[in-house]
Amino acid sequence: MSIKGKAYVMGAFEHPTRDAPDKTTAQLHAECAKGALEDAGLSFADVDAYFCAGDAPGFGGLSMIDYMGLRNVRHMDSTETGGSSYLVHVGHAAQAIAAGKCQVALITLAGRPRNGGNRPGASLRPGGGGSGLSDGPPEAGFEHIYGGSTHNTYGMAAMRHMHEFGTTSEQLAWIKVAASHHAQWNDHAYLKDVVTVEDVVNSRMISDPLHLLDCCVVTDGGGAVIVTSPEVARGLDRPRVRLLGAGEAPKGVLGGDIDLTYSGAVWSGPRAFDEAGVTPADIKYASIYDSFTITVLMQLEDLGFCRKGEGGKFVADGNLISGIGKLPFNTDGGGLCNNHPTNRGGMTKIIEAVRQLRGEAHPKVQVPNCDLAVAHGTGGSLGIRHGAATLILEREA
Amino acid sequence: MSDVMSRPIPAPAVTLESKPFWDAAAQGRFLVKRCTACSKAHWYPRTICPFCASDATVWEESAGEGEVYTFSIMRRSPTGPYAIGYVTLDEGPRMLTNFVDVEPEALRIGLRVKVRFQPTEGDGPPAPVFAPIAEQ
Repeated sequence: MSIKGKAYVMGAFEHPTRDAPDKTTAQLHAECAKGALEDAGLSFADVDAYFCAGDAPGFGGLSMIDYMGLRNVRHMDSTETGGSSYLVHVGHAAQAIAAGKCQVALITLAGRPRNGGNRPGASLRPGGGGSGLSDGPPEAGFEHIYGGSTHNTYGMAAMRHMHEFGTTSEQLAWIKVAASHHAQWNDHAYLKDVVTVEDVVNSRMISDPLHLLDCCVVTDGGGAVIVTSPEVARGLDRPRVRLLGAGEAPKGVLGGDIDLTYSGAVWSGPRAFDEAGVTPADIKYASIYDSFTITVLMQLEDLGFCRKGEGGKFVADGNLISGIGKLPFNTDGGGLCNNHPTNRGGMTKIIEAVRQLRGEAHPKVQVPNCDLAVAHGTGGSLGIRHGAATLILEREA
Repeated sequence: MSDVMSRPIPAPAVTLESKPFWDAAAQGRFLVKRCTACSKAHWYPRTICPFCASDATVWEESAGEGEVYTFSIMRRSPTGPYAIGYVTLDEGPRMLTNFVDVEPEALRIGLRVKVRFQPTEGDGPPAPVFAPIAEQ
C-alpha cells in the first residue's frame, strides 16, 4: 500500500517567539497546536491522532493529550528521531490515515533551550559511570566520554568531506549567505542581517572546520502541523497540500564501518521520491535541515540534487537564493537564521514548505508557481548516528 | 606525554557486555571484539556480531594502532581546545576517540596514531585515547 495522495497537510503554525522565559514547554506545545488547528479551520475536538517526540513533557503523548484536553484521540505515535521526528510523524500520520485509523492528526514540537528547558532525546553526554554496572545505551561507555557535541560531531563530517572532495569553507559559507538573504524578509527571524561569505569564514572558529556562522541559531518556540484525510481536506477552506511520498532511514556507526561522507538521506530520499513518482529535477522548493552548513550540503548531494562531492560547487554563488539560484531553499531563513526551536529543525522545514506550496511565503522569497516541494531532515548527529526523513509535498490544483 | 589537547574524561558507563574491555583497560591492554563466524572485527564491542548476527564473538588483544579518519577541534571549551575524531584501527573498524599529545596544527587525516589509556574522573576505568606514533 502506498500513502501517495492519501493525506494532506492542512494546518501549519510556527510559534512567533524565539525567547520564552514566561511560558512552560507544555503551554508552548498547546499554543502551537491551537495555531495549526486555527490555520486549518479545525478545533481540538476534531483531532483524533496525536504525534509528538522527546521534546514533549511527560509520558509520551499522554501528558500533552491530557493537558490539551484531547478527548477523541484514537491513534498515538511518539517516534523519536531527534530533530527529524516531525517529518517522520507526517509519514506515519499518512499511513494511519490510509489505514483508516484516524482522520485528523496533530503533530507538535516545542521547547525552551534559552531558558533552562530540558534537552530532549538521546544525550551525547556521559551517564552512568561510577562503580555500578549500567544498563543504559550500549554505545554510551565508548562514545559519551569524548566530549562530543553537535558542533564537533558535525565538524568531523565536514572535515572528512573537505578531505575527500576538496570542499571549502567558502562554499559552505554560501549556504549561510543564502539563508540570511531569506531571513531579512522574516520579521520573526532571530538573525535578520544579510551576511557575506567573508563574514562567515571570518567569524570565530567553534569546532574546526565550522565557524560560528556555520551554526544554526538556538531559539525557544515551536510549531505544529495538521495532517488530514482527503475527505476532511476537501471540507476545509485552505489550499490543499498533498503528501506524495515519505521516506525514513536510520544511520549509525555500522559496527565500525561508518563512512562520514554520506547521510541517511541516501536511503530516505529515494524512498520518498520513488513513492511520489518524481525526481529532484522536478522540485521547485526545498526545505533542507540546516543545523549546520555542512548538513545542507551533504543532504543535497544525498537527495540527488547534485553528484556526491559536488555539493560545494552546487551551493556556491547564490544557487540556493530564491529568485537568483536554481534551487530556492529554506526561504524563512531556516535554522541558520530564522528559528531552530528546542534544537530541532524538522517542524519548521515542513511549515515553510507548506507556506511555499500555498503561495503564502513572503513575496520577496515566494517561488513562482511553486507546486512541488521537498522537506528533509537529519535528527541526531550527522557524525555518529541519526534519523533521516524525507517528504515530497504537492499543491493540489 | 604532555597536556597538549587533553581534557578531563568522565568515567565511562560500564555494562555487563563491556566489562571485560574496561577490566583489560585497567591493566593497560586494548581489546577489540572479533566474530569467529565472519572473521570481521567490529566497534563498539558487543556480544552479537553487527555484521552477521553470530554470537561467536571473542575478545582479542590489539596493538591499538591505526590512522586518523577525521577529527574536529572544539575551541569552545573551558579546559582548552580538544580533538574528537575517529581512528581507523588496523583491524578495520573506526572508533570514536580523543586525539591527544598533538598540536592542533599537526593533527591531520591519515596521521598514524596509537592507543594510550587516560585516567578518568572518579573511580572509573581508564579510557582509550590516541596519540601520534612518532611522538611516543
